[in-house]
Amino acid sequence: MEERIGMESSIAIAEVVGRCDVDVVAAYPITPQTHIVEHLSEMVANGELKAAFVPVESEHSAMSVCCGTAAVGARTYTATSSQGLALMHEILFIASSLRLPIVMAVANRSLSGPISIWNDHSDVMSDRDVGWVQIFAENGQEAVDLTIWAFRLAEDRRVSLPVMVHFDGFIVSHMIEPILMPDHETVRGYLPPFEPLLRLDVDRPVSIGPVGIPDIYTESKFLQHKLVVDAYQPIVETLEGFGKYFGRHYHPVETYRAEDAEVLLCTMGSLSETAMTVVDRRREKGHKVGLMRIRLWRPFPFEDIYRAVGAVQTIGVIDRAVSFGGPPGPVASELKAAFYRKPQQPRLVEFIAGLGGRDVALADFERMFDVLLSTRKTGQVPPPAFVGLRE
Amino acid sequence: MEAMNVFASRLFPRENRFVSGHRACQGCGEALAVRMVHQLLGRNTMVASATGCMEIISSSYPDTAWSVPWLHVAFENAAAVASGIEVGLNILMEKGKLPKRRITVVGMGGDGGTSDIGLQALSGALERGHRMIYVCYDNEAYMNTGIQRSSATPFGASTTTSPAGKFSPGQQTWKKNLPMIAVAHRIPYVATACPSYPFDLADKVRRAAEAKGPAYIHMFASCPTGWRMNPELAVAIGRLAVDSQVFPLYEVVDGRLHLTHPVREPRPVKDYFAPQGRFRHLDEAAVARIERRVREEYQRLLERDGQILF
Ligand SMILES: Cc1ncc(C[n+]2csc(CCOP(=O)(O)OP(=O)(O)O)c2C)c(N)n1
Ligand code: SF4
Ligand SMILES: [Mg+2]
Repeated sequence: MEERIGMESSIAIAEVVGRCDVDVVAAYPITPQTHIVEHLSEMVANGELKAAFVPVESEHSAMSVCCGTAAVGARTYTATSSQGLALMHEILFIASSLRLPIVMAVANRSLSGPISIWNDHSDVMSDRDVGWVQIFAENGQEAVDLTIWAFRLAEDRRVSLPVMVHFDGFIVSHMIEPILMPDHETVRGYLPPFEPLLRLDVDRPVSIGPVGIPDIYTESKFLQHKLVVDAYQPIVETLEGFGKYFGRHYHPVETYRAEDAEVLLCTMGSLSETAMTVVDRRREKGHKVGLMRIRLWRPFPFEDIYRAVGAVQTIGVIDRAVSFGGPPGPVASELKAAFYRKPQQPRLVEFIAGLGGRDVALADFERMFDVLLSTRKTGQVPPPAFVGLRE
Repeated sequence: MEAMNVFASRLFPRENRFVSGHRACQGCGEALAVRMVHQLLGRNTMVASATGCMEIISSSYPDTAWSVPWLHVAFENAAAVASGIEVGLNILMEKGKLPKRRITVVGMGGDGGTSDIGLQALSGALERGHRMIYVCYDNEAYMNTGIQRSSATPFGASTTTSPAGKFSPGQQTWKKNLPMIAVAHRIPYVATACPSYPFDLADKVRRAAEAKGPAYIHMFASCPTGWRMNPELAVAIGRLAVDSQVFPLYEVVDGRLHLTHPVREPRPVKDYFAPQGRFRHLDEAAVARIERRVREEYQRLLERDGQILF
């Protein structure tokens, strides 16, 4: 059974984490993640949720506690943002290497300095290579759905990896939206009890986290890479399973009016919804423009990207983070790398937009589509641009 | 001595949980202490280890020296990981997902992993009140990375980052008082221990395991390699440390201090320093200065023996 309610996304996420029968939540407050963990601790305090809430003294310890709880077989959840994610950085690699199926919400926020509590993807991009499965939700409903799914995938014995569910801070986390909330029984019907691959057990003692000498390190990293790559199939299957069960369908890459498009704009996260409005407007004018939304960030969905792009020759990529002194857009460089494997590469126009909570307005999208259309006509790719930059 | 052996074998269960075959240096006092602690704690124990000598020497894949469940995550977070194990076990038992039984959760780290980089995680875990034992194995420097100084390195010791030189006497700061920092968290049990005093150590490990909340043990751990000392002195040096009042043996039970091996007629500090290369550069005046401080601190402990510290 599902009930349609108006609720702040963060509260809805916390509610659904409870319905996933989570055993442990260990978290440290940081805006804009706070409402999730506040609500979870309230649920525990009220006895609505039978779980342990561990109010740790830092995010580093949050992730460390999560490693301990997951290692004994407890279903484990945490949430963070920005500086908190950065502080966890060291332990994120270890959580995935130890194959601990922790689920973490990341309410995406910019990194200091200057300190900024507002939304962009600089936190996500600096933790691209930590070996976690990473997926983006564009609104509250998706964040709720993908949280349930994340436990299912993380605990899938073929996978047994930690999962990050990303959504834009404030824009999604603090938005009150109509959300279809599955009840406890419905979630239980989808999510089987957690049966860990390996656990600390006094009757069958194991040593977890040993030293990797040069003789085995390469092999362990090869296997880890393969594991994340191979998680793709279970991801697609479980997303399909989710769609069948709940009637809401998610795919590694999604497109909007891309069928006969001549230019495509690529987005991640909540910007997609504004972009769609502009695509509709352009379509009314007869411009063949479309949208490609990357939902699955790790493992990178190469084949879905190739399929979505098809024969389109001009793509624009919106990056919400900067690789200083680098390409500079992390998503754009990822796409370029993907197409470098192909005999032909589309033209790729790089936009840096929406940094530190800067609004990306309809007019900004209009301008980006103008650039894409003129690139298509002239064949001249303009240099990467910071959208809306005040000169 | 013979009677002692009979007594000791009864006090220490025969079965080792930290078994031979590990790669510690000859005469490693830290490995000896780890072995004793886990002999005493037995099989129903789970260990969260910090990075450091003990982790490196015991877990080179595919070998392990541990016959109890053991988890290593990183350097500075053993206390947090241990607290996670405790929380996880408790909630799973409470929810009926694991059979109810008593499992002792142990966090362990070196002096660097505990008094420097891991102090925050330790403080958090102690403050939250997890029922776990944390053992700091104090060999008074970062040994695993090549004998660099830590905040637990004693005044005057020469290490690779506090080298004695023309303008330096070696370490220029006084040892951080970690057990008293643990006491300040008002946890039910804090103790110092030394493997050269095995009966005292055994009592303390048992009491730590029985404590109803966090227990902290600060363990003297000699390191022949880092202290530039003959390995056969690993045990003797612990006796010298205690008998010279350099390393006081005490426990703080529910806040009350108790000197478990009061030393009223101490041996000279220079006897403790003599076999160790790390102190060899110190002149008589420097040793006298250190000795004054050692005596003062010990006197303060004697004065407060039997008192409530918090
Ligand atoms: C975050 C981090 N910083 C530094 C290191 C390097 N490191 C590993 S072990 C170690 C020293 C350990 O010293 P201590 O905790 O005293 O243990 P010991 O080896 O002396 O037993 C250091 C500095 C690390 N592994 N992680
Ligand atoms: S360096 Fe010291 S502490 Fe480390 S294994 Fe050798 S003797 Fe033991
Ligand atoms: Mg040390």
